[in-house]
Amino acid sequence: MSTTQTPGQSTPSIGASIPRREDRRFITGAGRYTDDIVLPNQAYAYILRSPHAHALIRSISTDAALAAPGVVAVFTGHDVAADKVGGIPCGWLVKSKDGSNMVEPPHPMLVADRVRHVGDQVAVIIADSKAEARAAAQLVEVDYDVLPAVATLGDAITDGAATVWDQAKGNVCFDWDLGDKAAVKAAMKSAYKVIEIEVRNNRVIPNAIEPRAAIGHYDVSGDNYTLYTTSQNPHLIRLLLGAFVLGIPEHRLRVVAPDVGGGFGSKIYHYAEEAIVVWASKKIGRPVKWTAERSESFMSDAHGRDTVMKAHLAVDKEGKFLGLCVHNVANMGAYLSTFAPAIPTYLSATLMAGCYSTPAIYVEVKAVFTNTVPVDAYRGAGRPESAYLLERLVDKAARELGMDRLEIRRKNFIRKDQFPYKTPVALEYDTGDYESTLEMALQKVDYQGFSARREASKKRGKLRGIGFSTYVEACGIAPSALVGQLGARAGLYEAATVRVHPTGSVSVFTGTHSHGQGHETTFAQLVADQLGVPYDKVEIVHGDTDKIPFGMGTYGSRSLSVGGSAIVKAVDKIVAKGKKIAAHLLEASEADIEWKQGEFLVVGTNRKKSIGEIAFAAYVPHNYPIETVEPGLEESAFYDPKNFTYPAGCHVCEVEIDPDTGVVQVVEMVAADDVGVIINPMIVDGQMHGGLVQGIGQALYEEAQYDESGQLLTGSFLNYGMPRASDFPFFKVGNHVTACTHNPIGAKGVGEVGAIGCPPAVVNAVLDALAPLGVTDISMPVTPEKVWRAIESAKATH
Amino acid sequence: MRDFQFHRPSTVADALRILRQASQGKLLGGGQSFLPVLKLDMAEPSDLISVSGIPELRGIRSDGQQVTIGAATSHAEVARSAEVRAKIAGLARLADGIGDPQVRNRGTIGGSLAHADPAADYPAAILGLSATVKTDRRSIAADSFFTGLFETALEPDEIITSVSFTVPQRSAYAKFASHASRYAVVGVMVAQYAGGVRVGITGAGPSAFRWKQAEDALSIRFSADAITAGMTYPSDDLTSTPEASAEYRAHLIPVMTRRAVQAALAG
Repeated sequence: MSTTQTPGQSTPSIGASIPRREDRRFITGAGRYTDDIVLPNQAYAYILRSPHAHALIRSISTDAALAAPGVVAVFTGHDVAADKVGGIPCGWLVKSKDGSNMVEPPHPMLVADRVRHVGDQVAVIIADSKAEARAAAQLVEVDYDVLPAVATLGDAITDGAATVWDQAKGNVCFDWDLGDKAAVKAAMKSAYKVIEIEVRNNRVIPNAIEPRAAIGHYDVSGDNYTLYTTSQNPHLIRLLLGAFVLGIPEHRLRVVAPDVGGGFGSKIYHYAEEAIVVWASKKIGRPVKWTAERSESFMSDAHGRDTVMKAHLAVDKEGKFLGLCVHNVANMGAYLSTFAPAIPTYLSATLMAGCYSTPAIYVEVKAVFTNTVPVDAYRGAGRPESAYLLERLVDKAARELGMDRLEIRRKNFIRKDQFPYKTPVALEYDTGDYESTLEMALQKVDYQGFSARREASKKRGKLRGIGFSTYVEACGIAPSALVGQLGARAGLYEAATVRVHPTGSVSVFTGTHSHGQGHETTFAQLVADQLGVPYDKVEIVHGDTDKIPFGMGTYGSRSLSVGGSAIVKAVDKIVAKGKKIAAHLLEASEADIEWKQGEFLVVGTNRKKSIGEIAFAAYVPHNYPIETVEPGLEESAFYDPKNFTYPAGCHVCEVEIDPDTGVVQVVEMVAADDVGVIINPMIVDGQMHGGLVQGIGQALYEEAQYDESGQLLTGSFLNYGMPRASDFPFFKVGNHVTACTHNPIGAKGVGEVGAIGCPPAVVNAVLDALAPLGVTDISMPVTPEKVWRAIESAKATH
Repeated sequence: MRDFQFHRPSTVADALRILRQASQGKLLGGGQSFLPVLKLDMAEPSDLISVSGIPELRGIRSDGQQVTIGAATSHAEVARSAEVRAKIAGLARLADGIGDPQVRNRGTIGGSLAHADPAADYPAAILGLSATVKTDRRSIAADSFFTGLFETALEPDEIITSVSFTVPQRSAYAKFASHASRYAVVGVMVAQYAGGVRVGITGAGPSAFRWKQAEDALSIRFSADAITAGMTYPSDDLTSTPEASAEYRAHLIPVMTRRAVQAALAG
């Protein structure tokens, strides 16, 4: 799987670490991002945001701002209401245990009466320049009547808490469950021991390197609209913005997402600013551009995680898991972002089996509103929360039973011969090999040598610990019919068009959209391999709804397994049509035509036609089976997966702790993963490195913190700890492949596994290092002060 | 950000004249603290007067007992200076650990001291290294320079021209940096002189201060274990932030002081 190949060389190119064709333009600053686009006569929008977490708007006066230099228009929530514009919709309906729908509050693109988080949009100021719009915003007078705020998840469910939405009693959005409650209750009764844990998954801020931006352009001559936006899924934005917010039919609305500089989920969602610039463009008759400042990103990009989970694990004497009960409280923020309700439910609760054969599982999820930025999917989206709970819990079970941490995992693993395996929480794992990735990880980390390394650290005054995490996750959320039953308001298939040009070059149009993943390279390798054409002759087109078929975009590690499979299906149609044309040209029967590495051969002869010759014949159909075959060589396919894919693996972390300061240093990070069949190993390694960095970032450094009044305390890089290259050792990553059984590539997905598997490995390593001092619990992020306090309080009680 | 007049005078006298004439004048060093403030609309000067092009404010001189650094000298220049490295190694290392390379190439010692950020590194240095801050009109001893949070003894129209450090027998700076910002959570400059030891501490409180108890102990015996387990700094007046509470900063003060002593002894 690690052959190397230079671009331009012919097939096959699956498994080759081809350098990314995107990199030249990205590295040299030649990428074309939304903010790089300048339209003639474009005006600039500045969004005035609420400085309060919760307040009534008594009045807004825009007169002074309107009179300021360069100002074209100022709009408020009253203008939005007067135009009868729709609210920003939520894309997933979750029902409570009692069958009632979740509380789905309105989400206007500009708020007229009551702001609900710091950063909520109150007015838009549009001017000839960005500086003029920003300066004029200071002249908008808003009279606020400040209300008590619900600042944290804990506050939301406290008796007597303030109310974010009057219609949400006790701030509850929904109270949902999954699994067999009675079976779990019985398991707890029969258990030798019940292990209890409570863990908090810290709230994080995505911080893509490219801030969000949007340009709206209403063209009066064609009565149509274009939105340029920083999006992971332009078709989804077109659907939500057109159908739900502004009432623009698809054929009059084009959404273009050019190069996108990172997202980690935060650019999936339809945001108010996208609707504002399109709506405002029509109102003022000019293109309107908005680009977020970094401090705006902190308070307006959807945040991630923010859950508190309590769990009980019933075990027998030998350490076999008998039943698991989980109670999860999940923060939704002030409004429901596009996929928010699905994250703690269908993307987290369904993963509570992990890679273990626990026979009975019951999960409750209470989602709550707070006066904070909306929370939605962030790299891993629900699965990191489950993996973190389970892997902390399994370690705790081993400790309380006096068992080895690896032995208890092995004892409970779903064995290789048990696949396909149906979990008690609605999923069916198609394939996996958890023993092998664990073994690979142990070898890579040199587990045998750990005690010697621990001694060496001790001599230097450092506490060394090793931590493990064996996880499974679910990617490529599907099939559409199932997710529809579960409340999704969109399909989750993917689409592709493959156009073979007359001279044999190929354009591939995909509904997925790269925001750093290297699709232009990976998909070209895939098509070059499947069609038998040189890699350099394949281009990938994405990100423009006028060009690409209706596809769902890139998130949930779905692009290769779902989007790639759609491409393969389209290629299959090309080959099928090519066979008919080849049969005609070679004067053979279609049944005698064989397809092999870019050529159509007559079985048992040396007569053949290349794909290029077939393409030329298809576009210049002089000698052609015109009665039965249409000219041209272009095919589209839509692929709706039968199931999720299930990447899994083992992450091992070693830390050194300075007991005097509490500083934790990651000194070894090993990841052995099964992400299915790999197209470009270098890109897969890169995805792993990035995922691990974010996973360690969450474990050790990152946390969005609000004070009791709902002010964001970590609103800039001065106080929000981003991981840095100097924080890390060289990662050791490896793959053990079991092919996905239900997609034509065998791919599972790699984009999120680093962020899913590694945080519990890091925290388990910290607890292992501190175990000799009597420390048994610590929360993420594991800051130096937390470590110091844990050591101090252990000293006081031991 | 409002419009302002930008000036780049070439003498201290010109800078002072422009400053006095301006309705809301502001002196600018490297701008590493002030430009973010300006961009966030937290200050709206009518006139911004850059002093970094004034020749008399630049350069590093030494006369054996003193190392004098011009106010407009960048952190990178201090870090690189053979003279500083030879005579006050702790100061060179301190300068080399400020911010990141971009900050070090732009930021200046005068700008940093006049700004008086409680988490900046240089305040520990001027206290620990018994420095004198020279201005257009007088000399201010380090001990009376900082008067509070972001406050100094400088008059509104006073310009720092240079800072003179007293060369110690040995010195070292130990910094516990914020993971997010790389500013000092606690930074300790320890300097040993024939007449005694000085300990300057930054980051921990609203402005930099000296830790007399440690100075006394280290003056008797210059060794890390002279800072005994029983020697603690009261947390009452220290800073609490979400990243580090006052108690934690109080804990770090002796820890980082010991590390500074060890580093000074190690050379």
